[in-house]
Amino acid sequence: MNFKKSFRNTFLVILLSLIVSACATKKTTTTVEGQMQGDVYTGTDTVKYLADGVPDRVFFATNESILTTKSRDTLRKQANWLRENSSINVVVEGHADERGTREYNLALGERRANAAKDYLITYGISADRISVISYGKERPVDSGSNPLSWSKNRRSVTVKAN
Amino acid sequence: MIRIFNLTFLVFFFLITKANSLIEIDITRGNLDPLPIAVSPLFQDDNSKKNSINELKLENVGSEISSVVENNLKISGLFNPLSKEAFLQKPDIAHLKPRFEDWALIKAQALITGKVTIENKKLKVEFRLWDILAGREMMALAFTTVPSNWRRVGHIISDKVYERLTGEKGYFDTRIIYVSEEGPKTARVKKLAIMDQDGFNTKYLTLGNELVLTPRFNPTSQMVTYLSYFKNLPRVYLLDIETGTQEVVGDFPGMTFAPRFSPDGKKIIMSFAKDGNSDIYTMDLENRVVERITNHPSIDTSPSYSPDNKFITFNSDRSGFQQIYVMKSDGSNVKRISFGKGLYGTPVWSPRGDLIAFTKLHKGKFYIGVMRTDGSGERLLTENYYQEAPSWSPNGRVLIFYRETKSNDKGEGFSAKLWSIDLTGYNERQVQTETDASDPSWSSLLSN
Repeated sequence: MNFKKSFRNTFLVILLSLIVSACATKKTTTTVEGQMQGDVYTGTDTVKYLADGVPDRVFFATNESILTTKSRDTLRKQANWLRENSSINVVVEGHADERGTREYNLALGERRANAAKDYLITYGISADRISVISYGKERPVDSGSNPLSWSKNRRSVTVKAN
Repeated sequence: MIRIFNLTFLVFFFLITKANSLIEIDITRGNLDPLPIAVSPLFQDDNSKKNSINELKLENVGSEISSVVENNLKISGLFNPLSKEAFLQKPDIAHLKPRFEDWALIKAQALITGKVTIENKKLKVEFRLWDILAGREMMALAFTTVPSNWRRVGHIISDKVYERLTGEKGYFDTRIIYVSEEGPKTARVKKLAIMDQDGFNTKYLTLGNELVLTPRFNPTSQMVTYLSYFKNLPRVYLLDIETGTQEVVGDFPGMTFAPRFSPDGKKIIMSFAKDGNSDIYTMDLENRVVERITNHPSIDTSPSYSPDNKFITFNSDRSGFQQIYVMKSDGSNVKRISFGKGLYGTPVWSPRGDLIAFTKLHKGKFYIGVMRTDGSGERLLTENYYQEAPSWSPNGRVLIFYRETKSNDKGEGFSAKLWSIDLTGYNERQVQTETDASDPSWSSLLSN
C-alpha cells in the first residue's frame, strides 16, 4: 500500500515534469484575460493572504488534485510562514466546483486538501499542525456558472485554526 | 420529536372481485394514452359535515380525499382523471350502484366512488372501484382512522387503485426526505426536510445551524442516515424520525460520507476519507462492528446494496475517471460495469434488483439513466444542465432526483428543485417543495 502510494507519487512527479516540459515547448494556453492556464485559475481575485506575500489558496484543474508549479510555490511560502509562526495551526479546506456529483466532490475536496497538506509536510511542517476538511461543492467563492467561476472554486484554502 | 409513522389503519372490510376485468394498464412502456378515470367526490352526510368542520376545519373532507386521489393518479401519468363537471350521477347514488351508461358517456373506463363519515373522532372511509366497460365492481375497501389522517387515506386509496389496475404495488403512501435549501449559492443554508410524496405535510428535522447532506431512509422509513457538519466535523449520522434522537455512526478519525442502509436495515454502508483516499466501509448497527469493504488508493464512494444484500454497486475513479463498479458485499469480485462515453456517478440499485440508476456527465451535460446490473442496456432518461442523485420509488417504476439551473455571472438565476421521471423515460415532472430542494430519498410504502 505504502509502496504503491510512493510509486504513484513518483509516477505523478514524472508525469508532471513531462507535462511541464511539454508546456514549455508547446507554448502555454492562456485564457480569459490571463486568469486561467488550461483550466487552472491563475488570477488573484479571490485570494486572501495569511501574511504579506503568503497567498492562502491554491487552484486545481477539473477532477485533479495535482499541484501546479504555482501552487507548489504558494505552498512553500505557506510552509515558510508556518515555520516562522510555530504557534499557529491551520486547517486546509478542500473544495470542488459545481460540475460534479455531490458525493464524489466531497472525496475530491478531501483529496485536494490532502495534496496541499502533504506538500506542507514535505517542507517540514508537522502533520499535527495541519487538519483538513472537505466541503466538496458546498462552499463556492464564486457563484457564477462559467469556466472562470468554476476554476476559482476548485481550490484548497489554508485557514488559521487558532 | 415528530410522530408520523405511528398511525395504524384498521382495514375491516377487504374484498377484491376476482372476475376478469376489461381494463388494465401496462406500465412497462411509456403510457401516452392514460386511462380515463372518474373520481366521484366521496359522499359525506350532514352530520359528518358538521364534524368535519369542527375537527378538521374542512367543509367536505370527502371531496378533499378524492382530490388527493385524483392528483396522485394524474401525476402517475397512467391515468387521466375526468372533469367533475361532466359527472351526471350524484356521489351517494353512484356509490351504491353506478349507472354505467352515464359514465361510459363521458368516456370513463373506471370509476371510483366512496363515502366518508366522521363520528366519535373517528374517520371512516369506504370506497369502490368500478369497471365501466364490464359494468361491475372491481374492488371495495373500508378504513377507519383518526380524522387528521385523511390525506393518508387518499394515498392508500390511490395505491389500491394503482395496484388493482396495473398489477404492481403503488407508491403514493410514501414520503420523501430531502435537503431544503435557502440563501445565496455561496452561503446556502441547508436543513433536513420530510414531506408526503405529493409535496404536502412538510416538516423540517434540523434547524439549519450546520450543513447537512444526502439523507437516506432505512427500509422501514423510520430512521434516516445522513451527513452532518456538526461542529465542523463531517460525519455520518443516524436519526430516529419519531423520537428525534441523533447519533454519530462509528468513531472514525476523519470524514465519513455517502451513507446508505443495507436493504435488511442492519448496516450502514458509507465512505471514509483518510489522507486523501476514500474507501467504503460498513458498520453493523447492532454490534457496532466496522468492516472495511474496499482498499484502493482511488476514490471509492456512493455505495448502494442490491436488494438481496449480496452485491454492492459503487463509484470509483480507479480507472482514472469516475465509473460504476459492482462487487460482492464482502468486497471481492470487483467489476467495472460502465463503459460508455463520459463520467458515471451515484449508482443506486433498483428495489426490483434488475437495474442500476446513475448520473452521467458527458460533454458538459448531466443525464439520469439506468443500466442492467452487468452494465448492459444503458438507457438515458433525461438530459439537463445539471441533475444528479436518483432515488427509486419503492415499486421501482419512478426515479426522483434533483436538478440545478445555471446561474449568470453574478450568481443570479440559480435554483435547485426535485424532479421525477418514470423508468420509461416519460412523465418527467417537478415535485413541489416549499423551498429549493436537493438530495431526495424515497421512503418505502408506509401502509404495507
